[in-house]
Amino acid sequence: MASETPVPAPPLTPFIRTTADGAHYLAGCRCTACGEIFVGERRVCAACCARGGLEAVRLADTGRVYAFTIVERSFPGVKTPFVDVTVDLDDGAHIKGTLEGVEPSLEGVRFDMPVRLAWREATPVNTPGKAYLTYLFLPA
Amino acid sequence: MSDVYIVGVDMIKFGRFPDRTVPDLAAEAALMALDDACLGLKDMQALFSGNLGQASGMVGQRMLAEIGQTGIPVTNVANACATGATAFRDGWMSIKAGVYDLVLAVGVEQMGKGLLGGGGGVSTEGLIGSGTMPAMFAQIGMEHTRRYGTTFAQFAKVSVKNHHHSTMNPKSMYQVETPLEQVMGSEMIAYPNTKLMCSVNVDGSAAAVLASEAAVRRLGLMDRAVKIRASVMSSNPFEERQMAMPDFSGATRLAAGWAYEQAGVGPGDIDLVELHDCFATAELVHYENLGLCADGEAGRLIDEGVTTLGGRTPVNVSGGLLSKGHPLGATGIANIYEVATHLRGAAGARQVEGARLGLTHVVGGGPGMGTACAIHILEKA
Ligand SMILES: [Zn+2]
Repeated sequence: MASETPVPAPPLTPFIRTTADGAHYLAGCRCTACGEIFVGERRVCAACCARGGLEAVRLADTGRVYAFTIVERSFPGVKTPFVDVTVDLDDGAHIKGTLEGVEPSLEGVRFDMPVRLAWREATPVNTPGKAYLTYLFLPA
Repeated sequence: MSDVYIVGVDMIKFGRFPDRTVPDLAAEAALMALDDACLGLKDMQALFSGNLGQASGMVGQRMLAEIGQTGIPVTNVANACATGATAFRDGWMSIKAGVYDLVLAVGVEQMGKGLLGGGGGVSTEGLIGSGTMPAMFAQIGMEHTRRYGTTFAQFAKVSVKNHHHSTMNPKSMYQVETPLEQVMGSEMIAYPNTKLMCSVNVDGSAAAVLASEAAVRRLGLMDRAVKIRASVMSSNPFEERQMAMPDFSGATRLAAGWAYEQAGVGPGDIDLVELHDCFATAELVHYENLGLCADGEAGRLIDEGVTTLGGRTPVNVSGGLLSKGHPLGATGIANIYEVATHLRGAAGARQVEGARLGLTHVVGGGPGMGTACAIHILEKA
């Protein structure tokens, strides 16, 4: 009998990566011509149009809340309220995410609040029974 | 290059027409615009047709099948919330280029109810923030709050104003006053946007007949003509947070600068503005993007009534997308209809007295898609 190894949940977005020893990180790239940092990989820089010269980087796992909203109504089946944040990562990248570990209210969140990346498996609203690996933010 | 004029323009009353077809809605506005110009389809040399929901569905040709197949070239365009304005501008360019001297532009949309946004594939909603349009524009409002301290009440006043304006517009979807307490107290969708601060999904259509100066004179239509002083478009220039927060300001600022330059006027010369108030938060941000005030002063502008009918620069006297409604592909030409109607002095109870120059603005897009912006400056001929 073959032993059953659990199948890891696939990443929810392509820029979520897992190292050989099982650690997760956000993949990004940096333009060596202008220094802009992007989430995910690219061949040409959207900021300065430089071709090539985009080096792969592992994005920072800490940052600060730039802007946010409390989502009270979403698509059918999505649990609300939740906190939708735009985070400025400490390396200069910018990324959207859900902030948990706070009250989903105006009292629970503030501009420039320090946050850190965390990981979980979760089930998207349109794939019942199928979980994906995704990131979230928690207060740092 | 010839100047280009609008000689006929109209829109249907926006509403919900689930039993009609998209070409049928388009046809109604097209015939109204032709009637307004005292012209017929046989006078048109080309058709530019804008629609999003059936972007691959040859809406222009299907419309002609309903109102007359003269064999003219049809260009079907889709460009987010700038779809109608893009069709209009394609018509403008064809006359500027000297290819045609009488063309028809139409914008049409039939929409369901409910939230817009998201996309195909596995949903990230709730897991990686939100992809709904209200949440996106909520964050854009919160960025303004972060920078300038803009308040919930200031954003809400936009909706009070535009709903008030719509009570004077018989073609608006809604014509009801919504006092500040009602706007702020309605269902919260994504702070600070309540339900009454989100634009209304409606069905609608609008159309315009464009003519070269020679055609206007030949046909004796100068008395009803509106001159197109500027017609510009832009896409989103790179902005560092664009993947997290779609950016509608960069494109609007670029287009506004080009439009004022093309028209040879400044924001202070503009007598009325129809801008893209898809959410109440967006209107305040666009006051600054369009140069109606300095950065950081949008809250003061709404507080002081500068943009209310009777103020220095009335904005969205039609009722705007918030109350008149927002049929995506029709909105760009409906805004042009509104401004042209004021320049002709035919806007009835909501007439901006002595209006000589007006500006229309639409901007659309979405998460990971980019932005399309169109601005037109129109002048009484
Ligand atoms: Zn670069």
